[in-house]
Amino acid sequence: MSHAFAMGDYGFYVWSAVAVFFIVLLIDTLAPLARRRRNLRELRARLARQENRRRPGTPPSNESDA
Amino acid sequence: MANWVPLWLHRLGSPPVFYRFAGAVRPWALGLALVLGAVALYGGLFVAPADYQQGDAYRIIFIHVPSAWMSLFIYGAMAVAAFIGLVWRIKIAETVAMESAPVGAAFTFITLVTGSLWGKPMWGTWWTWDARLTSELVLLFIYLGVIGLYHSFEDRRQGARAASFLVLVGAVNVPIVHFSVNWWNTLHQGSTVRLLGPSHIEASMLWPLLTMMAATKLYYIASLFARARADLVASESGKGWVRDLLAGRTGNDPA
Repeated sequence: MSHAFAMGDYGFYVWSAVAVFFIVLLIDTLAPLARRRRNLRELRARLARQENRRRPGTPPSNESDA
Repeated sequence: MANWVPLWLHRLGSPPVFYRFAGAVRPWALGLALVLGAVALYGGLFVAPADYQQGDAYRIIFIHVPSAWMSLFIYGAMAVAAFIGLVWRIKIAETVAMESAPVGAAFTFITLVTGSLWGKPMWGTWWTWDARLTSELVLLFIYLGVIGLYHSFEDRRQGARAASFLVLVGAVNVPIVHFSVNWWNTLHQGSTVRLLGPSHIEASMLWPLLTMMAATKLYYIASLFARARADLVASESGKGWVRDLLAGRTGNDPA
């Protein structure tokens, strides 16, 4: 089995190519998920601030997850 | 064409409908892409025999070539969406065009790096200013230019419109990349797999390549949909449906 993983003398090049492929696509998969969550969080905080301005008496607890 | 097809497309042009559709399709596309990608890599790295000239180094083809195909395919999809967005001012088309660019840039980057990793052992150099390599590098710069132009405007839709023009102008580079190996005498080898005429490749090597092509296409759908969803919650933040989403009123998936 280790023979198959050695890829002749080209193991470094083949496995580096595989690694680049997976690392780049992993970043590409995770980045938009984080961005969507961040956008929603910021929007929620913005709405809470607007609500606060409208009714100044409310405690600012709704800013907690900003 | 059946009547429901244009009707369905029309409904999909509505941001909340697209958002839900993308959220439903994304996990399936990503899951299928992972399964097909694993099968293709197993077939390519372990099952297919070594090349008679290049030994095992040729196995980089199973990553390099599908990525290169995607770098051009995504540009084509982005250009079509940009054109639709410019002509009919459909917001979803603009979103699809703009959110395709980072995925295309990722695949172009993979193509260049894996090509380099293949070039070093086979050609004896990491890089050469050959027609294919240079035009692919220009493709990466165009993708980065589109992303940069989109984000340099305060107003998203204005940015999308400006960047869509750049997409259409930059489309001239796509045939140059594709035909560069025929038009110029280059170090890069010609196409191995052809749509017209017989492919110059053994079946045991062809099926992992085509499986990987399907996997990368599905991956593009998954990534594009995730990006479009992230974009829509920001660009539509003033609309009722996003407020409903935050309040959990549609029940679908808040945050």
